[in-house]
Amino acid sequence: MSRILQTLQKRGSTLASGAGQRARLAEVALPRTFERALESSALWPLRPTRTEILQINVGKRCNQTCGHCHVDAGPDRKEVMPRKVVEAVLAFLARTRIPTLDITGGAPELHPDFREIVVRAARLGAHVMHRCNLTAVLLPNYADIPALLAEHRVEIVASLPYFQGRETDAQRGDGVFEESIESLRRLNALGYGKGSGLALNLVTNPVGTFLPGNQQALELRWKGEMRRRYGIEFDRLYTITNIPISRFLEFLEGRGKTDEYLTTLANAYNPAAAAGVMCRNTLSVGWDGSLYDCDFNQMLDLPIESTIPQTIFDADLSLLEARAIAVGPHCFGCTAGAGSSCGGAVA
Amino acid sequence: MSSSHASSPHYYNAADLGRFSEIARGNKDLAEKFFAWYGAVFAEGALTAREKSLIALAVSHAVQCPYCIDAYSKDALEKGSNLDEMTEAVHVAAAIRGGASLVHGVQMLNHTDDLGM
Repeated sequence: MSRILQTLQKRGSTLASGAGQRARLAEVALPRTFERALESSALWPLRPTRTEILQINVGKRCNQTCGHCHVDAGPDRKEVMPRKVVEAVLAFLARTRIPTLDITGGAPELHPDFREIVVRAARLGAHVMHRCNLTAVLLPNYADIPALLAEHRVEIVASLPYFQGRETDAQRGDGVFEESIESLRRLNALGYGKGSGLALNLVTNPVGTFLPGNQQALELRWKGEMRRRYGIEFDRLYTITNIPISRFLEFLEGRGKTDEYLTTLANAYNPAAAAGVMCRNTLSVGWDGSLYDCDFNQMLDLPIESTIPQTIFDADLSLLEARAIAVGPHCFGCTAGAGSSCGGAVA
Repeated sequence: MSSSHASSPHYYNAADLGRFSEIARGNKDLAEKFFAWYGAVFAEGALTAREKSLIALAVSHAVQCPYCIDAYSKDALEKGSNLDEMTEAVHVAAAIRGGASLVHGVQMLNHTDDLGM
């Protein structure tokens, strides 16, 4: 890969901090606030349903620096989930029996305990999901990971914005597409995406300031194109809207399109999507053990309701499931059109 | 309801696309019929919504409608089309426009044959 950018943090950008991002988003004059939009759908205050997914962000280290990354991840980031947080996460999982552990980052593979987290969570009976950038597993010290994932029936959710190189590399860096195809071929060879129960799902984010299209129609086309062009099979295609925070917010600022993009999201508010937003069934854990309503709130330093325990060390699921979810203008990204979540469209 | 004409004395204003529905001001019934029909035209059918979007993009160039080019460039991307496909669609429009001019050359030949020796 020839394009590795410095992260916002490394460059000392005002958008590196959650407060800096929230301040910029607050400047945008929208037709109505997200709170009022929820109110119009009888969803305010927004409450969880049942916690089905524990999503852990194990750190911000990544071998890529994608232009739309909401984490501001990259090779220069040092944040890595410490051992004591890993233990607290696994203890919480064992105690609560939340059915799914969703591992994200950064590139989660780069975490020194990644393999152990996978093995122990699977032994607890959790369905484990790995958010994979497809290229980290090609690095010399990580080539064993796909076989480990297969052994423990881990679901792979892999990022691939488009089925061609131009679009993919524009978002994720030069050469990423070619490596991603190689990685997908290896996963197929292990049985992933072949209908044998090893789930290989792809995630596409729009390569630009437009909204994702119809997930079902895109999946149908992608399956044909990926098979015809590269001989690659996969199970599901998830469409995910670019959330206007972190590096995508920087991109919007550079184009002078922040206000226009947020207005597009706000105008596309869909009450059905709002009812199905992922923060209602997902609990997010930061690399340092802090709890959040979602990975986006995590990156904005927007904590969970202040009246309940704030970390995985003293987390109480019954209190968490009664909390009011913190929202902001960025939430319009999850409720626009067919909606957007870590599992794709929601409506 | 606002008029941009006084503040922006141009024939085309990008923001006017977002005001398209105001055309109902003069005749609500016809506007409702038009927008309902328009929506039905672009729904999935024998052609996919993506294919229809590419046709619309090509026609937008043939009729040289800047609003339509704005709308269908974005729509084609949202529907999952790529730059190669969109460029080919525009070339189809250009080929038909160019061909339409050139095929009239046969009329020119007819006249020269008729008028000449």
